[in-house]
Amino acid sequence: MSNATINRQWTTRLRKRVEGVLPPEKLLPDTQPSYVASWIYVFGVATLAALGLVTLSGLVLALKGPTWWHVSNVGHFVNSVHLWSVEVFFFSMVIHLWGKFFMAAWRGNRSLTWITGGVTFMASIGTAFTGYVSQTNFDSQWIATQAKDGINSTGAGAYFNVLDLGQMLMWHITLLPLAAIALTGLHVILVRKRGVVPPFADEVSA
Amino acid sequence: MSKKSFNPDVDVIEWTGTQRPYDIIKEGTIALVVMSLLVVMLSVLFSSPDDRPATLRQWSHSDPVDFATTAFSELNGSSGTAGYGQPYNNTPNATQTIGPLALQRWMGVRIPVHPAADFVLAPLATLPDNPAIVAALQQWKLSSESERTMWMGYYAKVTPSFSNGALHLPDVNAGPIPVLMSSLTAMARAGSLDQSLLGGGRNYYSTDYTRPLLFLADGNWFGGLAAKQHLSGDQWGMMNETGSYPGQAWLWLYTFWYQVPPFSTSENADSLIWGLMMVLTVIMIFVPFIPGVRSIPRRTKVYRLIWRNHYRK
Repeated sequence: MSNATINRQWTTRLRKRVEGVLPPEKLLPDTQPSYVASWIYVFGVATLAALGLVTLSGLVLALKGPTWWHVSNVGHFVNSVHLWSVEVFFFSMVIHLWGKFFMAAWRGNRSLTWITGGVTFMASIGTAFTGYVSQTNFDSQWIATQAKDGINSTGAGAYFNVLDLGQMLMWHITLLPLAAIALTGLHVILVRKRGVVPPFADEVSA
Repeated sequence: MSKKSFNPDVDVIEWTGTQRPYDIIKEGTIALVVMSLLVVMLSVLFSSPDDRPATLRQWSHSDPVDFATTAFSELNGSSGTAGYGQPYNNTPNATQTIGPLALQRWMGVRIPVHPAADFVLAPLATLPDNPAIVAALQQWKLSSESERTMWMGYYAKVTPSFSNGALHLPDVNAGPIPVLMSSLTAMARAGSLDQSLLGGGRNYYSTDYTRPLLFLADGNWFGGLAAKQHLSGDQWGMMNETGSYPGQAWLWLYTFWYQVPPFSTSENADSLIWGLMMVLTVIMIFVPFIPGVRSIPRRTKVYRLIWRNHYRK
């Protein structure tokens, strides 16, 4: 079999494309620019860590069913871990977002990195919201009955019924987490591909 | 060929300076351990709120007069749900708009809810072996529109009271309505109305709580419970949770608009605020392409604080 034949294979082409765009030294770097030295950078990785905890605790709750945590002490603790990891996730994410805004982190052909981050933030809000209305307690009842008016006013309520527990739970544990995690993955890949945005050029030369 | 000029809000001079060691795996591991400890500590210290759900049974026990009054509003079509419009029914001029955009109305009735039939008449029809209820339902069914209007007019003038486990009404020429209302209240107190309203009573299995939640939300009792827990709309509403928990604090901007004019006094507050939030969201996502907005970081110079070590050098 000739090299030309192998090089024409879809698999070979895809591998070479991936290697070109994201070589291993970019995907798993062992050095970084000296200007990457501030506490603000911690909040990106903190968001990722919190997302991991949200996912893990959410998986346990999903395995046991939506009402388990009301009748089990262990379940209530897992729910508490889920709640607080969500709180910490959003806290970290919002600081990360503001930090990146004030760094103008879209500069240098990084606008898609910013956009994926912004869309991930919105997907995360949707995921959290559907979680709040799936708690099967008084909070979920009240939040759902209040939120329906806003969502209905956009017309979306005709298809996205916040009073339907089954529909909200499916959005919460399948569609939206998949979207949020996939977007996060794309965002991280773009960060690794483009690197961390440098300081403003005028200040560098000043 | 003209060379594109350098725009400091868009372009960068890529870094060719010094590098420092960076162990990304170690950083990720430390972050995971620290966040795990923090979350477990918060969970142990503060737990999570879990107030039991409100039920129609609880409502009819705690405030049977409010329940019966709300049930009558469902029957005579004056309740919030009966006059809601799309997606529940076709009540004219009930939905919100943004200028000429009537998105709510245009989407049509996709979740049909008929309060009189769904909340009152159909549940009562499921009760077995009760001649008085059967007769009242039959009388209602065979009556003319003008008779129903007359009965509802008489009933609306009296105030029900509750004692000794039953709803009491003064003698009033309201046809079958007193029997219907007292029977529905008794049904709710027994707990069977909650189950009857699930899925419209058509399915054994159901996860759709649209009808019982709409019924609950039409009364005053449910809102009163929420107000005691600082959850009303003028208390920053749904972004809060029961107890002293942060809730959905990230919805602060969305909830904020409901607190201030013109939104706080507008009939179209929901649609206006959603429209505004959509615009702000698009601005946030497309900041890199919006002149002026994308210059804010450079002009405010907050980045000097972030990269202070770099500029010090």
